[in-house]
Amino acid sequence: MSQDIALQVKNLRVSYMTGEQEVKAVDDVSFSLYPGERLGIVGESGSGKTTLALALMKLHKPPAYIMGGEALLDGSDILALEREAMRQTRWSKLSLIPQGSMNSLNPVVKIKHQMADAIEAHERGWTRGQIAKHIGELLGRVGLPDSVADMYPHELSGGMKQRVCIALAIILEPSVIIADEPTSALDVVVQRVVMQTLNDVQEQLNAAMIIIGHDMGLMAQSADRLAVMYAGKMVEVSPISSFFSDPQHPYSKLLISSLPSPEEKRELAAIPGSQPSLLELPSGCAFHPRCPLAVERCKLEVPLLRRFSHDRRAACHLVEEPAS
Amino acid sequence: MKHSYFLRRLVMFFVVVILAATLNFIIPRLAPGDPIGAVLEELRARGASTGGDAEDEIVAAYRARFGLDQPVHIQYFRFLFNTLRFDLGHSISYYPQKVERALLRALPWTVGLLAISTLMSFAAGSFFGAMMAWPRAPGFMKRFVPMFMVLSAVPYYLLGLILVYVFAFVMRLLPLGGAYSSGTIPQLDLDFLLDVIRHGMLPALSIVLTSVGFWALGMRGVMVTVLGEDYLTLAEAKGLPDRRIFFAYAMRNALLPQVTSLAIALGTVASGSVLVEVVFNYPGIGWLLYNALRSSDYYMVQGVTFFLILTVAVSVLIVDMIYPLLDPRIER
Repeated sequence: MSQDIALQVKNLRVSYMTGEQEVKAVDDVSFSLYPGERLGIVGESGSGKTTLALALMKLHKPPAYIMGGEALLDGSDILALEREAMRQTRWSKLSLIPQGSMNSLNPVVKIKHQMADAIEAHERGWTRGQIAKHIGELLGRVGLPDSVADMYPHELSGGMKQRVCIALAIILEPSVIIADEPTSALDVVVQRVVMQTLNDVQEQLNAAMIIIGHDMGLMAQSADRLAVMYAGKMVEVSPISSFFSDPQHPYSKLLISSLPSPEEKRELAAIPGSQPSLLELPSGCAFHPRCPLAVERCKLEVPLLRRFSHDRRAACHLVEEPAS
Repeated sequence: MKHSYFLRRLVMFFVVVILAATLNFIIPRLAPGDPIGAVLEELRARGASTGGDAEDEIVAAYRARFGLDQPVHIQYFRFLFNTLRFDLGHSISYYPQKVERALLRALPWTVGLLAISTLMSFAAGSFFGAMMAWPRAPGFMKRFVPMFMVLSAVPYYLLGLILVYVFAFVMRLLPLGGAYSSGTIPQLDLDFLLDVIRHGMLPALSIVLTSVGFWALGMRGVMVTVLGEDYLTLAEAKGLPDRRIFFAYAMRNALLPQVTSLAIALGTVASGSVLVEVVFNYPGIGWLLYNALRSSDYYMVQGVTFFLILTVAVSVLIVDMIYPLLDPRIER
């Protein structure tokens, strides 16, 4: 593992302020991201994945507020940046592949202009010809013909739009790419191809990538490491192979046993209950009401995300430290 | 593909025009009153007519001259044919003046006053409306909302009367009415132009003030929806400057439904002008219509209404033609 860190998030907290109440959507999340690495973040809807992604780009909108923490990119804390400095940082160092790629392109502007304005906004001093050449080259890299540059979004299929979004995300060669459910709007066949394209361009750039989603199968194929979020907290962070072979957090175990497997024929296990409301989190560990292994301590004490082996962390009182 | 779109629009245009002409033929004939009778009435009131056989003969002669003695369907086809040649007949009250000449004389005043003030109000209203919805706009922008709501609820002739009372009657800053000072001869020089502008200010102000709210509130509503679109999040993520996001991404898209309303508004400019022109004594199309209605001047009323429908149809046609340039999705 490379020693330099592409992005280091420390104790990030994001809350939605609704009236008098504070809803902690992202609660004390810390992780590091290495160049060339793909970190998958999974969790149920409402577990804070997208809020986390938007907050990292400071695109969160009121009533969401960053309550604390830092995100170090190239040694400086981007969360502390002023508006203009943040604007310059966006896309040149940190780009986003949006969740709703169907509607992520301006419907009345040609693709080439939507790509060009990202370059122009960052004053790279390129000539018009250079920009056009770069756009053509990028479209080629994501497997689209040059003619797409002159088209409008409505003339493209869903998969093509998502490819345009991928091309757009690497246009300034950022060091970090955040892909927020990059394939959730696509059908299964296109999903695989698009994901492959995304992985290829990310590898060419040696950029670090955060993939947000809830498709465990897709994660297993793409991610190097996996972080599981539950009710705004990270509950387990593990390399992908050890995560699937030996999940530690009870929630991770249940997630994996709820997946169909081609090898063994068994009844799929559903996780009992549903995710708690962030307004009324259970005491202690937020997962304890649904946890089959919960003990008295889980109701009283919030477990911290602790390292239990050299590359794995989990937030559970029952995970031994160091693991066997 | 492209040609069929324009062709369809063009056919549509002619269908509308013919339908309009037909309705236009029927409606004035449903209204009570008789044009020759109205003139006679006026003459009698002045003691100029004695009645009797001679009068009946005169009436018959006039009916023949205006074609009113013919069966209805003959009148109709003759009317349709003439209308399509833009021959709108003679005015009855101001015989032998031709209707189309009167229209063309009144047209520049109406277009000048109403089209300009509508466009001004559209531009200002759309911009204000967009700013009112923009989260990073100065805070005072939001205070305009109630003001615009009140203004758009005030009928413009009422506001016009108030403006006339305050600025023309009490303060005597601007003229009471008319398009230019009586006694001046319309000509293209600076003095006359300034005179026209002085006369146009109050009516224009009353139109702009009462309609700017409509545009602003409409724009604000669309803008709020557009601001929630995914492509705005991506635009911001791309690190685009605020100005570019506001104009090229948010306003550009929010304007599309506004432009459709503008086409209709511009079309109804002439008809909507009746009250303004009456209040301000402005010699435009509305004023012409008002006078024609009062004297049951069939041909004039027909001419003016046909002309009004024509303006709606033409402005809708123009917008239909340029809309694909504004919204590439339309041309399908």
